[in-house]
Amino acid sequence: MSAGLLEREPSVINIGVEAFTDAVRAAGAPVYHVDWRPPGEGEPRTAWTLALLAGDPDDPDAAGSRVDAANRDAVGRLLEAQPVLVGVGRAAEVWPDLGRTILHAGPPIAWERMCGPMRGAVTGAVLYEGWASSVEEAQRLAASGGIRFDACHHFSAVGPMAGVISPSMPLFVVRNTTSGNTAYSNLNEGLGKVLRFGAYGPEVIDRLRWIERRLAPALQRALATIEGGLRLAPIMAQALQMGDDVHNRNVAATSLLFRTLATALLRSGLDTGHVEEVLAFVDGNNHFFLNLSMAACKASLDAAHGVAGSSLVTAMTRNGVEFGIRVSGLGDRWFTAPAPTPQGLYFSGYSEADANPDLGDSAITETAGFGGFAMGAAPAMVQFVGGTPDDALAYTREMYEITLARNAKFSLPPLDFSGTPTGIDLRAVVDTGIRPVINTGIAHREAGVGQIGAGIVRAPMSCFEEAMLALADAVGADRLAEEQKR
Amino acid sequence: MPVTTIVKPGLYKDSVALMRISEAAAALAGVRRAALVMGTAANKAILEEAGQLTADAQAAGPDDLVVVLEGESEQALADASGRVEAMLAGEEAPRGGAAPEERPARALATALRRLADANLVLVSTPGAYAGAEALKALRRGLHVFLFSNNVPVEQEVHLKALARRKGLLVMGPDCGTAIIGGVPLGFANVVRRGGVGLVAAAGTGLQEVSCLIDRQGEGISHGIGTGSNDVSAPVGGATMQQGFEALRADPATRVIVLVSKPPAPAVAAKMLGLVGTCEKPVVVLFLGGDPEPVRRAGAVPAVTLEDAAAAGVALARGEAPGPGEAAPLPDAERVRAEAARLGRGQRYIRGLFSGGTLCTEAQVVWRERGIDAYSNVPLDAARRLGDPDESREHTAVDMGTDEFTVGRPHPMIDFRYRVERLRREARDPATAVVLLDVVLGYGAHPDPAGALVPAVREARALAEREGRHLSVVASVCGTEGDPQRLSAQEARLREAGVLLLPSNAAAARAAVAIATRGAGPGEAGR
Repeated sequence: MSAGLLEREPSVINIGVEAFTDAVRAAGAPVYHVDWRPPGEGEPRTAWTLALLAGDPDDPDAAGSRVDAANRDAVGRLLEAQPVLVGVGRAAEVWPDLGRTILHAGPPIAWERMCGPMRGAVTGAVLYEGWASSVEEAQRLAASGGIRFDACHHFSAVGPMAGVISPSMPLFVVRNTTSGNTAYSNLNEGLGKVLRFGAYGPEVIDRLRWIERRLAPALQRALATIEGGLRLAPIMAQALQMGDDVHNRNVAATSLLFRTLATALLRSGLDTGHVEEVLAFVDGNNHFFLNLSMAACKASLDAAHGVAGSSLVTAMTRNGVEFGIRVSGLGDRWFTAPAPTPQGLYFSGYSEADANPDLGDSAITETAGFGGFAMGAAPAMVQFVGGTPDDALAYTREMYEITLARNAKFSLPPLDFSGTPTGIDLRAVVDTGIRPVINTGIAHREAGVGQIGAGIVRAPMSCFEEAMLALADAVGADRLAEEQKR
Repeated sequence: MPVTTIVKPGLYKDSVALMRISEAAAALAGVRRAALVMGTAANKAILEEAGQLTADAQAAGPDDLVVVLEGESEQALADASGRVEAMLAGEEAPRGGAAPEERPARALATALRRLADANLVLVSTPGAYAGAEALKALRRGLHVFLFSNNVPVEQEVHLKALARRKGLLVMGPDCGTAIIGGVPLGFANVVRRGGVGLVAAAGTGLQEVSCLIDRQGEGISHGIGTGSNDVSAPVGGATMQQGFEALRADPATRVIVLVSKPPAPAVAAKMLGLVGTCEKPVVVLFLGGDPEPVRRAGAVPAVTLEDAAAAGVALARGEAPGPGEAAPLPDAERVRAEAARLGRGQRYIRGLFSGGTLCTEAQVVWRERGIDAYSNVPLDAARRLGDPDESREHTAVDMGTDEFTVGRPHPMIDFRYRVERLRREARDPATAVVLLDVVLGYGAHPDPAGALVPAVREARALAEREGRHLSVVASVCGTEGDPQRLSAQEARLREAGVLLLPSNAAAARAAVAIATRGAGPGEAGR
């Protein structure tokens, strides 16, 4: 039973006409005006259904209270995750039944609908696997149904941009030692002509082979010298103190990794030439850590997935055509919307007209509270959209409005060392209209041109709205409301 | 095309910063393309791809900053180089506005992080969303003042059932006003605090009763609005009942006044049953309804808002409430003078109201005096105006109904439409009296007299030109504490020749007396 209205001085929250605050203020009562707008995309049914999902501290059986309880469980698992790089494996060995499968970024998509960079990456992967001997043959094979395509996410894997993983490729194996689950990612190839941007020329295939034959075995040997594997969270936490967002800026994290790797490689007994080759590669690629950051985030979020009734978003990803999300309490379902085009800065000679719609699994970092969510720690990123360090802080502050927790493991110095905004509650996204902010690279829409810029993109609202309606259905919010009426 | 290359050895700049400067440099006058990169192999490959890898750039190392500018002329390049150097030195660093320390909350859930002790949510969003905001508030344990109208009735029923279970109050939907612990909500007046507690299903009804109580020197403990639909059968008077119980339990409330249009029979029976068991004196006004069941229930029946206020004041002072019949007009002389100036054909009263309850109250007063007026909100369905824009005989129009307010502001806020109607009534040779309500308080027009005085003068001049005197009668619903100040508003209206009465009921009676030349009940306008 709540306190009676007449028993104390009113303290008022005002939603709607702002002028109504005048009388309350003049009477000396506290009043707060909400910067309200219709929830989601403004559909009244959405607004009502969302309200049916509001938690009620007095009523643990209310649909929203059950969602809140599920979220406490789910976000707890996310916060407790301890991602550790335990090895470097080979896709065909990690998944023995893989066969002629190529994994890609984003929600599932068929060859016919794939964007240019993804088709290019698939072409490259077919050539790399030796399933075809020419580009034409490779593309004919891809179009003929002779290759199975599937989403990386269906294999607990993530890959930046096209996110293509084929059976011979080496994978980072990251174990969440808290929950025991494992996540995977491919190895970062560097910048320029690379497979993830859809390049498939001989130099790309050669580099992939080098990664497979020289880099991966060396990393595996180096890791073997590190007792219990390489803990990734401490590196990410330090990197946030050093100006990284561990999505689109990984300079610090890569440097920190380099230190550890250097010692481990030397300790591993590998010949110095090989060690130098590997370290030079890591040294030459500021984004080398990105794929590890992504796998760490995936391992953490997978632990939070599958909690019945939870509205926690466990994946946000893009295939260059669609943007998709998955939700802890909604199993394997994807909720998708057309992929938006990022706003940002372009390399010399390119413009937004050349940009492919948003692409890649790397938004897994935002889903876990990094990237755009941690922009306050990486003010350099905000310059992509002409912002200032204050704007970077504003992005992070905004993300606190749609997240369930602050992750104490990852503190943000410019925000009084507050924890990163972690665990997107899709109800809050629909309720506030605040769409998750994502730092991202921009790919050329044609295969193989590569990265042409970087910037910021907002997740589309409609997939959150659709997922919210599905969750209401799953937890029986409408049904419950009917019963209460009787 | 002229090209220039600047290499800054050992100068490290972040790639994002360099891209920003590149963009700014490319926008400089006379510059075609600009590239600023660190001289790494990867960046040099990008320059080569773009056809910008000059020999100097090729020679630069990974720790060197490379600037390649392409322009219309050597002069343009020289100018641009200077600007780029300045930007690199940070002298021209583009800056934006500061981010606010605390961003405004966009939803109730986050607003509660800013005002943690909130206990009441005031909702005035469009009706299609308002029920949802109210539901969220109830789930969070907050009382609701729901100003919005057009909330689906099934949502209202759902909200009120939940509120009842949680011991919370939902005032509304379509609740125009409330006063809780001296805090005015919605369209409300600043009335003194005192021992009279109100529950009203009628917004301007609550305003009029509370202002009249204030005028008579007494005060209000709380004024609880229920919303106009609360006393209907599907909603069942849920809020009226809870509001009544809350006032019954409230130590500051000595007298309870209920104000409503006649509720659905089951609701009336339920409320009168409750009233019958109440240890505090209760005044009941079911405006336009039968007072007899009220009397039988042991409460004091009232016929008008004025009666209800007077009875509330008397009971709060421990006196017996006076007779239901109103006192004689305070301004009988002036009434006679007005009547004397009317021509033979001027027979009808035209009431133009901004308050719905005030419109109904006027009709109740007139009916007692034998006048069955036409209205868009008639007491008797047979007297519904075919066209609310056209008066017919004696007419009382509520100009705050949906038919007038769709796409237009409410007549309490915007006088334009009422002024236009006033002009039309003035031109009608059958119009004897125009009766107006003027509502003050928060939410209402900041200066109603300012809006009305020129219009009244113009209307009278219009009639004058056709050889008629137009009588304008009004009452002001407000208090000295209102932002517009009652006495100031009244003085200006009086100065413009408006016959001002201290209540809407009194104004309605004066209008009858003038239009009927004091003929009295039974003969008006026949």
